[in-house]
Amino acid sequence: MRYLPKSPAERQEMLGAIGAKSIEELFSSIPERFRLRNALNIPGPFSEAEVIQYFKERAAENSNGYTSFLGAGVYNHLRSVVTDAIIQRGEFLTSYTPYQAEITQGTLQAIFEFQTLMCQLTGQEVANASMYDGSTATTEAVLMAERLTGRRRVLVARSVHPEYRDVLKTYAKNSGLHVEEIAFTASGTVDAKALLAAQKDDVAAVVVQSPNFFGVIESHAALAGATHASGAMYVVAVAEGVSLGLIRPPAEADIVAMEGQSFGLPPSYGGPFAGVIASRDKFVRQMPGRLTGQTTDSEGQRGFVLTLATREQHIRREKATSNICTNQALCALAATVHLTLLGKEGLREMAEQNLSKAQFALSELLKIPGVKRVFDGPFFNEFVVELPRSVKLVNNQLLRDKIIGPLALGTAYPELTKRALVCVTETISRAEIERFAGALKQALEQPV
Amino acid sequence: MAYPKQFRYTKEHEWVDAKGDLATIGITDYAQHELGDVVFVELPKPGAKIEAGKSFGTVESVKAVSEIYAPAAGEVLEANTALHDTPEKINTDPHGAAWLIKVRLANPADVANLMDAAAYEAYVAEKAKETSA
Repeated sequence: MRYLPKSPAERQEMLGAIGAKSIEELFSSIPERFRLRNALNIPGPFSEAEVIQYFKERAAENSNGYTSFLGAGVYNHLRSVVTDAIIQRGEFLTSYTPYQAEITQGTLQAIFEFQTLMCQLTGQEVANASMYDGSTATTEAVLMAERLTGRRRVLVARSVHPEYRDVLKTYAKNSGLHVEEIAFTASGTVDAKALLAAQKDDVAAVVVQSPNFFGVIESHAALAGATHASGAMYVVAVAEGVSLGLIRPPAEADIVAMEGQSFGLPPSYGGPFAGVIASRDKFVRQMPGRLTGQTTDSEGQRGFVLTLATREQHIRREKATSNICTNQALCALAATVHLTLLGKEGLREMAEQNLSKAQFALSELLKIPGVKRVFDGPFFNEFVVELPRSVKLVNNQLLRDKIIGPLALGTAYPELTKRALVCVTETISRAEIERFAGALKQALEQPV
Repeated sequence: MAYPKQFRYTKEHEWVDAKGDLATIGITDYAQHELGDVVFVELPKPGAKIEAGKSFGTVESVKAVSEIYAPAAGEVLEANTALHDTPEKINTDPHGAAWLIKVRLANPADVANLMDAAAYEAYVAEKAKETSA
């Protein structure tokens, strides 16, 4: 197949074969009000030299030499050059779906290994590599619960990532799914009482994130128990996968939706990410996306194939379990290589460093007059502090010291103005934490 | 495989065996043959309402998942749960042991409008000609 533009003569030939006179006639079944009559408002076309220049300029915008205390769903972790060296091998450097098992054993095996790693991390029985990111995985988990329970009401903790909730609401808007949000307590955890009160026999899923958006770790056992008692599915979202190096896997969950970016994918320009969905074996037929399975070939040797694909979009079209999934093989491969390099002990050590450094940063920040801790629940590598003035103003000051400051929570939570979500990963040295505390103290001492 | 004379048939290849307002529903030999090896079946629970022409479950073979359409409206009395463990029976005995659901028909007269065995045999013969053409 050639990837070349079609000539006018070729277009005419194709139209002739279909039996249409013109493109206009071909699209005549699309109602006029949905037709685009103006040219797309995009620049170009550009020459090759102009395109290279454009991307050089964008690359120069990268914040080299800055220290970042920004997390909130995207995390800067150490990566090995080995990961890039392996994923850039020609055999792997495609995200095309490995439909043809006979020529894609390497890709299929890599996905199989990824699935195994994700099951081990999440305490689930089956996982796949078909989600775009944590937000769509969370939405897919809810849709899966809807199919499994036949119910249309969803309870989502407000401490779930605001963008994950936005994606869910976008899907729910025209699909008859009713999304209700559950408040958080002074500890920063989901309000279990409010959750219990909202539990009725029409609830399809309860969605809780841990560590949640405020970095606070939720305790799943009681929440899952109450959820299961009402016949609903307990969905756990994980935005920071490294936390699973230390925290017990959410084995109580019926479905786990995870963001895999922390495993070897750099936080560059907002992506690409690697969504993960993991669940129980008994729910496998309602899982969105594709699964790689291990099998035996005609010569009795171990081999890998895409399996249980009968409910997928290329076969079931509009009746497919999902039409928003993909083949995330390249990102999944990066995560697999990264986790394999780290190993179980390495991941634990990385997680311990996150915890220790975040604890140290909190103690340093609390020495600054006017800085207070907001939520007192246990946290992993993110925590919330209250500042005596606007977080955004403070962050502008910090940028001058080449520090990317914490997230201003007021944007997503109006009641949390002057609250900052601080992220400290293993990439930040003790000296940089002290420099941050010093710069913050200075910023707060400056006259407004 | 012969198509039982007492059954009525749909264009979507379901059969219905009605006695008064009680009816047993399954898929035809032609349907199982087209699907190939059946590996999984999803059926409604007793008490569920089915509507004529609307899907009430799915049959999954190694190559596809297909909807099963209700030949007539009614309420599900029983689902053949034995098929969860032995879905392959749909391939070996589609008109007998591999019945799918038993229902109480909302309007037993509806069944008379469906094809009889002779009409269905002619219909699938035509289908077979189309596919081989």
